Amino acid sequence: MRCPSARGRLSSAVRDALLHGRPLDESTLPGLPGLPDLPDMREASTEDDRQLALWMLFELHHRGFEDVDDGAEWRADLLTLRGSLERDLEQRWRERAAPLLRDHAASATGDLATDFFALCEADTGPSVARFVRRDATTEQLHAVLRQRSVYHGKEQDAAMWAVPRLDDEPTAHLLAVAYDEYGNGSPRHVHSRVWARGLRAAGVDDAYGAHVDEALPEVLEQNNLMAMLGLQRRLLPAALGHLAAFEVTSALPSQEWVRGLERLAAPEELVGYFREHVVADSVHEQVAVRQLLGSYLAGAPERRDDVLWGGAVCLLAEGRAGAAVLRAVGAEDREAAA
Amino acid sequence: MSRERAEVLLCPAGPMVLRGPVTVEDEDGVAYTSERSVVALCRCGLSAQRPWCDGTHKRSPGSGS
Repeated sequence: MRCPSARGRLSSAVRDALLHGRPLDESTLPGLPGLPDLPDMREASTEDDRQLALWMLFELHHRGFEDVDDGAEWRADLLTLRGSLERDLEQRWRERAAPLLRDHAASATGDLATDFFALCEADTGPSVARFVRRDATTEQLHAVLRQRSVYHGKEQDAAMWAVPRLDDEPTAHLLAVAYDEYGNGSPRHVHSRVWARGLRAAGVDDAYGAHVDEALPEVLEQNNLMAMLGLQRRLLPAALGHLAAFEVTSALPSQEWVRGLERLAAPEELVGYFREHVVADSVHEQVAVRQLLGSYLAGAPERRDDVLWGGAVCLLAEGRAGAAVLRAVGAEDREAAA
Repeated sequence: MSRERAEVLLCPAGPMVLRGPVTVEDEDGVAYTSERSVVALCRCGLSAQRPWCDGTHKRSPGSGS
């Protein structure tokens, strides 16, 4: 993919830095002095601008951009800015998750699986899957798919950074989930490819990164959180918690997607993607919670709160992105009333 | 000849998890095959994808197993 269009001065400066090699400093980011901590960042840039800038910086660690030098991945000025934006993001999501985690702690039993599944029952926002099942038109469905494609082109990629950082037992359980996610050794069954086939059959552009320019800030933020948890070894337990919560909250919504897509007579390739996730994620959630989190926390019991934070981040970011997507397709009223 | 021992995880209020690939024959003698490296078998009877778990046990708390 090519470097996306800028949405403000911060993403514009990042874009210039990527495309033209211009170093980021006070001359290229006027009004945002004081790198690395950018004290005025929130005032001087919009949420949209900040999330896109961070998304671009993270993409350097995934597949990069065809019009950007691959060496940009390790440029000190870009890493410095990434660090500032990440600190801001992490702090915000520590705050956002606190009430949910407080409620959770008050009702916790001490049994990891019981508690983690209970956490994942929390109502964190309107359900996109329910909207697809009951109300979406084909046009609205396509708009939802374009937003979701920012994630589905990568699927579990960010969680794979955990592999070299884990002991043997959690590594084996993580890879048991991932092996399925990546097609059980068969390229045509890799989930991101199954997703792309579904999009193409539905007439939606399936190229990697095709819809980033229209991605909502909340959607970019949801993806940025995954990249941050994956890239920062310090946040390893949160990355595992995030992955587990993602799996736990997938099978039942995927059932609703299947029903909605059948109602809309969507192509079988697309329905098949969600049908696959009903069964696959019913396996993955058990392995992820009981075996992956279980074995990881057996060796690092002091990281339990970090695991739960990662789970809470997953749930809340999905709720927030879902609400934004529903607003964007004009669906929020019916869902809010549901 | 060495044979690998089956390891089965019975999830409280949830499915039976075991390593695949497996072929499962149901009560009516119908065989279902999965190539997955891990599979989850429905124990609550509510799955629409039997013999595989489809997560529906979570919709009926208390009746999972």
